[in-house]
Amino acid sequence: MSKKIGDVILDVKNISLSFGGVKALTDISFDVREHEIRAIIGPNGAGKSSMLNCINGVYTPQQGNITFRGQTFSHMNSRAVAEMGVARTFQNLALFKGMSVIDNIMTGRNLRIKSGLLMQALRIGPAAREEEKHREFVENIIDFLEIQAYRKTPVGQLPYGLQKRVDLGRALAMEPQVLLLDEPMAGMNVEEKQDMCRFVLDVNDEFGTTVVLIEHDMGVVMDISDRVVVLDYGKKIGDGTPAEVRENPDVINAYLGTSH
Amino acid sequence: METTFPHLLRQHATQRPTAPAMREKEFGIWQALSWSGMAQMVEQLACGLHAAGLQRGEHMVIVGANRPRLYATMLAAQSLGAIPVPLYQDAVAAECVFPITNADVRFAVVEDQEQVDKMLEVREQCTQLSHIYYDDARGLRNYEEDGLVSLDALCEAGQQFSTIHPGYLAAEVDKIRPTDVAAMFFTSGTTGNAKGVVHTHFTLIDRGRAGATFDKLGPDEDVLAYLPPAWIGQNIFSYAQWLVCGYVVNCPESAATVTIDLNEIGPTYYFAPPRVFEGLLTSVMIRMEDAGAVKRKMFHYFMDLARRVGPDRMDGKPISALDNALYALGNVLVYGPLRNNLGMSRVRVAYTAGEAIGPDLFSFYRSIGINLKQLYGSTETAVFVCLQPDNQARADTVGVPCAGVEIKVAANGEILVKSPGLLKEYYKNPAATAEVLSADGWYHTSDAGFIDAHGHLKIIDRVKDVGRIKGGANDGAMFAPKYVENKLKFFPHIKEVVAYGDQREKVCVMINIDMDAVGNWAERQNLPYAGYTDLAQKPEVYALIKDCVEKVNADLASDELLAGSQISRFLVLHKELDADDGELTRTNKVRRGFIGDKYQPLVDALYSGKSEQYIETVVKFEDGRSGSVSATLAIADTRTFPPVKAAA
Repeated sequence: MSKKIGDVILDVKNISLSFGGVKALTDISFDVREHEIRAIIGPNGAGKSSMLNCINGVYTPQQGNITFRGQTFSHMNSRAVAEMGVARTFQNLALFKGMSVIDNIMTGRNLRIKSGLLMQALRIGPAAREEEKHREFVENIIDFLEIQAYRKTPVGQLPYGLQKRVDLGRALAMEPQVLLLDEPMAGMNVEEKQDMCRFVLDVNDEFGTTVVLIEHDMGVVMDISDRVVVLDYGKKIGDGTPAEVRENPDVINAYLGTSH
Repeated sequence: METTFPHLLRQHATQRPTAPAMREKEFGIWQALSWSGMAQMVEQLACGLHAAGLQRGEHMVIVGANRPRLYATMLAAQSLGAIPVPLYQDAVAAECVFPITNADVRFAVVEDQEQVDKMLEVREQCTQLSHIYYDDARGLRNYEEDGLVSLDALCEAGQQFSTIHPGYLAAEVDKIRPTDVAAMFFTSGTTGNAKGVVHTHFTLIDRGRAGATFDKLGPDEDVLAYLPPAWIGQNIFSYAQWLVCGYVVNCPESAATVTIDLNEIGPTYYFAPPRVFEGLLTSVMIRMEDAGAVKRKMFHYFMDLARRVGPDRMDGKPISALDNALYALGNVLVYGPLRNNLGMSRVRVAYTAGEAIGPDLFSFYRSIGINLKQLYGSTETAVFVCLQPDNQARADTVGVPCAGVEIKVAANGEILVKSPGLLKEYYKNPAATAEVLSADGWYHTSDAGFIDAHGHLKIIDRVKDVGRIKGGANDGAMFAPKYVENKLKFFPHIKEVVAYGDQREKVCVMINIDMDAVGNWAERQNLPYAGYTDLAQKPEVYALIKDCVEKVNADLASDELLAGSQISRFLVLHKELDADDGELTRTNKVRRGFIGDKYQPLVDALYSGKSEQYIETVVKFEDGRSGSVSATLAIADTRTFPPVKAAA
């Protein structure tokens, strides 16, 4: 199996972020190429989620800039980021628990629905036709993620592993070019992890989506990602293919500890 | 009226082109495929396969779940005179190697990436497997293996071929004779390699028709195809009878959605093994426990009524006017909604087979107005040997011989069958064929049984397991361990049973209690207990089990042949029999011989008349460690009954 990795699509340069006196990120630079799976790993508190939040526009870094598809930003705007084709999932799941799986994933189509609120509410004019079109797209995602059996189940009643899948489904509904996954395998059992790995690989393979993922589980990361960035205490300590990173002495120290 | 499957397809496609042939749920919507659409798909596939080099008489494997295109591929192969061989989709690669080598298979049509991976693995050993086609392209984008082609591309190639040679397929179809081989099914051999059961168009169509005539099935039936197509039962219900009757076969969205799909389709003709019926009942009962007090009361009142009058009503026996009126009320309030909930409001005929079904479970479904019946048959007989008529369904028989079938019981108790639907042979295995098919046309089922007073066939056990009592009062009486074990297992408090008696003077059993059921019962009796071992040895539990055993004895006594199999003594085991300890097979069948050796002191104690016995057993925990469980087990005597003649 071979896949074509393209040019740099997302370039992060010299990002520093601090909250008061706490330095969350110090001078971080790395790039993401089109169609690759890029992992950000590191111990707890290393600044992984902060990094994702900078890309995503939730946090504004004090220094540095981010280049996305040739456009350089000193801070990203959440809505603009979404409109540019970057979607994300959340570590702690931010789904609408009382709504069905279908409706949750439908919310991911929000940016693409053109008809107004009133027309949608009354299902008049082009609104009904448009909803049908979006529903078809959502059904494709449901089929893709193999959650047909839970279509109409309220998300709150689903086991955690399936909720994670719905979260991914909602991100996919945006038809993203870049998918940011914040610990997609956290809290899952082995089987659920394997399923999730397969979905991430399939998304990357089938739609050519570029994936940036944060993960704790080293085994998972090493198996599925093309390149890995390693953070520790807000600093970048390693960057390269899984094999290179595994050999990196700083990474070994950060994960296994050093003898002082 | 001799015909073949491709001819039947042609007949439906010309007579009722727009009527639906199959439906598949996709993207949340049931998408129908008409008979003419099916015929067109078959033509494309067949022409494509021909262009790719599939020869007359060649075998082609098909691996996947119930998908319309996979069924169409079977028809396409048959249209060319080739032989489809469906394989189980959950079989591992190693299991597929034998059939593919055995039948020298070059062509495989599979469902998805999972099956493609499996075939590629098989190909390392079976290099002749040169063509692999897949239905669902997902995940296969970057596969560059030789000979791997999508069904879409195959259809396209076929379309091109048939545009150039428009009459080709029709001419090929006309060359097929009913006596040609139609399909081959591999049976899972318990020992050694699987055997390929060869069936002709005639055998499958004849049996399909016999079953359809028996139950008056027509083109208006709806069937849900959810069991593996490699299993002959599924093949008969959703292929042979589909083409014979022209009804609609519905393919579920995925294995996980079967219950939802069942509910939406509301099939009229339904088949399920007993465990599926049991699962459905359990889920209803659990939900009922959570219902409000009024609903629960109503449910229990009407279920008591159904239990009392329902079976008689189904059997067409007279019931009192009051009961009739109450039942009608119950039908509105409870039975109707319940049937709807189970997805069975439209079921006209439902069958169960494969293993023994508990009488309570069986009559539950019949009492709420679902026409559940049993049948008897196997791969070798193309399913239909015996069927239960609508008003004569019983839990302990498998019905009367259906059209064309002759049955006789051999001296050793084995059931012999003569039927137009018998297998042609085992593929490339004349020795095995000669073993089961005698020169005068009788098929040896290796099941032991007899025809009861009402002309119904009753299956007792496998012939090789049936033993004889030796010495004592019942010297020479037949001993059928599985029959006895099943009778006990139908009690909810009993989980597993191991029966001994062959070459001994009486029958003794070792019993496993069902922890959930007995634990629950103990709580309601205010009976404190410390754990499984403790609960199992409570005198109250012994009394409970003893009651079950004696009921079974009373029942056995009414059976002339099996009265000698009554249980004299029993004990309740201190640990659950477990596959990890080698006591059960992976499919949860008791390994009688192994258990007998492992618990030798207990077996000896049962036969030596002791009233208790100390035993220590090594157990393996799930994490791989082992420990030991010890206990002193009580042994109880039970009452047996003199044989009574069954009232005719």
